[in-house]
Amino acid sequence: MSFDYGDFSFSSKAEMLEKSRDFWNPGKTDFWVEAGVPLVIDRREGYYVYDMSGRRLLDVHLNGGTYNLGHRNPEVTAAVTAAMNHFDIGNHHFPSLARTALAEALVTTAPEGLTKVVYGSGGGEAIDIAIKTARHATQKRKVVSIVKAYHGHTGLAVGTGDDRFSKLFLSDRPEEFPHVPFNDLDAMEQALLGRDVAAVIMETIPATYGFPLPEPGYLEGVKRLCERYDALYIADEVQTGLMRTGELWAVTKHGITPDILVTGKGLSGGMYPISAVLVSERAAGWLTEDGFGHISTFGGAELGCIAGLKALEVCNRPETRSMVHYISDLVGRGLREVQAAYPDWFVGIRQNGVVMGLEFAHPEGAKYVMRHLYDNGVWAIFSTLDPRVLQFKPGILMTPELCEDLLDRADVAIGRAWAEVRGARGARERVSA
Amino acid sequence: MTGPGPEEAAGVPRARQMLERARWAARSFGRYDHDSVWRVVEAVADVAEAKAQEYAEWAVRETGFGVVEHKAVKNRLCSRGIVEAYRDEDLVSPRIDTSRKLVEVARPAGVVLALTPSTNPVSTVYVKVLFALMTRNAVVVSPHPLARQVCTDAARALASAAEAAGAPCGVVQVVDEPSIPLIDALMSDERTDVILATGGVPVVRAAYSSGNPAIGVGPGNVPVLVDATADLRRAAEKLVTSKAFDNSVLCTNESVLVVEDAVADRFLRELQRCGAHLLTPEERDRVREVLFPLARFDTALVGRSAVAIAERAGVRVPPRTRVLLAPFDLVVDEEPLAREKLCPVLGVVRVASAARGIRAATAVLRIGGAGHSAVIHSSDPATVMAYAAAVRVLRVVVNEGGSTGSAGFGTGLAPTMTIGTGFVGRSSLGENLQPRHLVDWTRVAYSEDPSEVFPSFEGLQPWDSVAGPMPPYPVASNLVTAAGAAPVPAAAYDDEGAPALRDEIRRLIIEELTSIVKG
Ligand SMILES: Cc1ncc(COP(=O)(O)O)c(C=O)c1O
Repeated sequence: MSFDYGDFSFSSKAEMLEKSRDFWNPGKTDFWVEAGVPLVIDRREGYYVYDMSGRRLLDVHLNGGTYNLGHRNPEVTAAVTAAMNHFDIGNHHFPSLARTALAEALVTTAPEGLTKVVYGSGGGEAIDIAIKTARHATQKRKVVSIVKAYHGHTGLAVGTGDDRFSKLFLSDRPEEFPHVPFNDLDAMEQALLGRDVAAVIMETIPATYGFPLPEPGYLEGVKRLCERYDALYIADEVQTGLMRTGELWAVTKHGITPDILVTGKGLSGGMYPISAVLVSERAAGWLTEDGFGHISTFGGAELGCIAGLKALEVCNRPETRSMVHYISDLVGRGLREVQAAYPDWFVGIRQNGVVMGLEFAHPEGAKYVMRHLYDNGVWAIFSTLDPRVLQFKPGILMTPELCEDLLDRADVAIGRAWAEVRGARGARERVSA
Repeated sequence: MTGPGPEEAAGVPRARQMLERARWAARSFGRYDHDSVWRVVEAVADVAEAKAQEYAEWAVRETGFGVVEHKAVKNRLCSRGIVEAYRDEDLVSPRIDTSRKLVEVARPAGVVLALTPSTNPVSTVYVKVLFALMTRNAVVVSPHPLARQVCTDAARALASAAEAAGAPCGVVQVVDEPSIPLIDALMSDERTDVILATGGVPVVRAAYSSGNPAIGVGPGNVPVLVDATADLRRAAEKLVTSKAFDNSVLCTNESVLVVEDAVADRFLRELQRCGAHLLTPEERDRVREVLFPLARFDTALVGRSAVAIAERAGVRVPPRTRVLLAPFDLVVDEEPLAREKLCPVLGVVRVASAARGIRAATAVLRIGGAGHSAVIHSSDPATVMAYAAAVRVLRVVVNEGGSTGSAGFGTGLAPTMTIGTGFVGRSSLGENLQPRHLVDWTRVAYSEDPSEVFPSFEGLQPWDSVAGPMPPYPVASNLVTAAGAAPVPAAAYDDEGAPALRDEIRRLIIEELTSIVKG
């Protein structure tokens, strides 16, 4: 079997993996092979991806919501295909047709008070823009984030996250980026007390940390503290936005209007890289003072804007909203049934809409479940910063059949993972006895 | 989410998504028990009835067809009337047949695509929506473009009433901007479980060639035979009232009067007494010319009043004229007046005997209207029987007006707005369309072997009593457990996220949060 993709080809999957190691990223390549998920995504369609071997996987990783609308969503694909007859990336210095149109669409559907849009080409860049914007507006430098936060790996964003990624590149700056524990308002207040904080950056539900849910009143409390101590509230909606919680932006479910809102990933339906920062009038000053303050050739590429317009339209449809509510009800109920069968193993379901984290009673429990799901035709990823928790992210346009199928597979995989863990434990106990 | 990409016309992908949402709704609705379903049906009928007059006015304003008072009557018949007529027919609960050792479990069609006409716009929306709800189906209404505004408003009103009464969100939806490519796409989409096609022949044929199950019916062309034994005064009243009803836009309205010579003059006088105007041959020619320019019916005259048509033809008639009588000699296909006329012009043919009359009526149906309906006014059961056996229709209304009589209002026929024309009328449906046509039954059959005891299924109910919004609003799971699963009502689905309603949801969530935090 040979793999011919037109302009390039591989003679086998083994050869491909070998070259991936040689020319691209040996660490990542080996990691997945060793984790028992030797996935090389080939064909993709709807909520399915296909490994080079032809194996089909139901995708509930969706790259954190990038494929919310499914892979190669026909509407987005059609929009971008048509746009390519007229548009390209565009010239980032000039007023632009598509950028303006998407900006207007984002502002009119956003919580009141967010009035301007700044574009990036990825989530990290957008986070950097948000931080720069907050610093400019407040003329302060510190940005508070939560312990185990993940906001991307660009220059400033990486500072808000786990040491693992900043220290590696000698980019940790603890004095500028204090981290406080999640769900701890006292710690947050301590960090803000000095009034020297430009912004608190907060993912509405911290994805990479396994979607721990904000305790009732926590985010609202953080927002109040921001107001009290004159810091801006940056809502990172890169994963939680775009209707995944049953509202366009999850933060609105908390009644919060952030000063800055960041979106990326699913914004363009996974067809063209683009990210956006929605800013309030208060924070938007630099756009008037020095409009060239943030320059990014690809930021807000016009083809990405076209994709974004379509994706945003689809996300905002009443049909979509309604479907998300149905999907989260069905999948949530189904998972609770599975949970009832394995109470000692499947110990928690964190859910807000189709944002879901499944907790297992083992420090690396989610890795076991991930592997068994993979063996049963489902691709879901463990949480990098809390591998007890599996990220389980059904798409927002799933059909009832697909959801039922997903639940059947999950039921079996969770059971098998439990048997494996228990078996291993049993063996250990036998050894130590 | 599926479906071809690039070439789809504007609006089509979203319309396909309506079908997907409808599937979700149907999936939920299919689990409702009888009482939960009927709570929805009653609530929808209440709203429909309350808005009968408003929509009658709107429909006439928008389409120019018909008569406001009559449309209001029809809207009431098609809301309150329909609900009363089918109240006792349980199409939800399992049926148990001990003698045949059978249990039957209802299986709704799923997603009903309802195409509605311009002539009876709101009444048809009402009926199709109510039938769908009675049988736990989701319905997507695609109105005729000529009646788009009133129908979308009506369907929306019914949808909100349904959801407010606990129906699943999206159980009733409506296409805002119907177009030919869009309707084609919906009809052939595999998510459509059954098409209810009411409209012209092309729409019905398209429904049948879509590849999906369809119920569409053929056109009518209703002969009415008045024999010498008829109660002429009563027959005249019924006939004129029926012909004038909503200016003849119901496909069940009488098209050609066939009257026995012996009573013809007297009967025509009776008709005139009731407000019919008998056209002279010369006037008739002018009316024919206006109705059938180039031998094709001018659809601009559908549902216009007798006075308006007379005026168009340059015929002077008294202002209270309700029906124009257009005599002609021979029922043949080159005579336009022998065809279907959706306006208050009644062809009149005199015949020597009842037997010849039956032949003439048969000829009317050769020209059009096969399988549809016919009317007879007679007190002779032998003639009625001979007539019924001869005319190729599936309902013969006796001594009653055809317009409402064949539609099951004022007769023992099933009340409906869709008249099945059967095989002879190129339809899969021979009866009046009823709720039961939208549900299948899973039949559980036990062995006939006497040693196999048929157990008792009494009290076994597979369906759920539903309270609260469906689906529940997606509240974060840590709030659900804390608050004892109190769901926040979901609203605003069809308001494109109207800020007021979004704010309302926010307010409710905050309220809930506050109570949790305080508690
Ligand atoms: C919450 C959140 N913010 C920001 C980012 C960074 O986005 P990107 O990878 O496009 O730079 C991610 C990526 O995973 C994310 O999950």
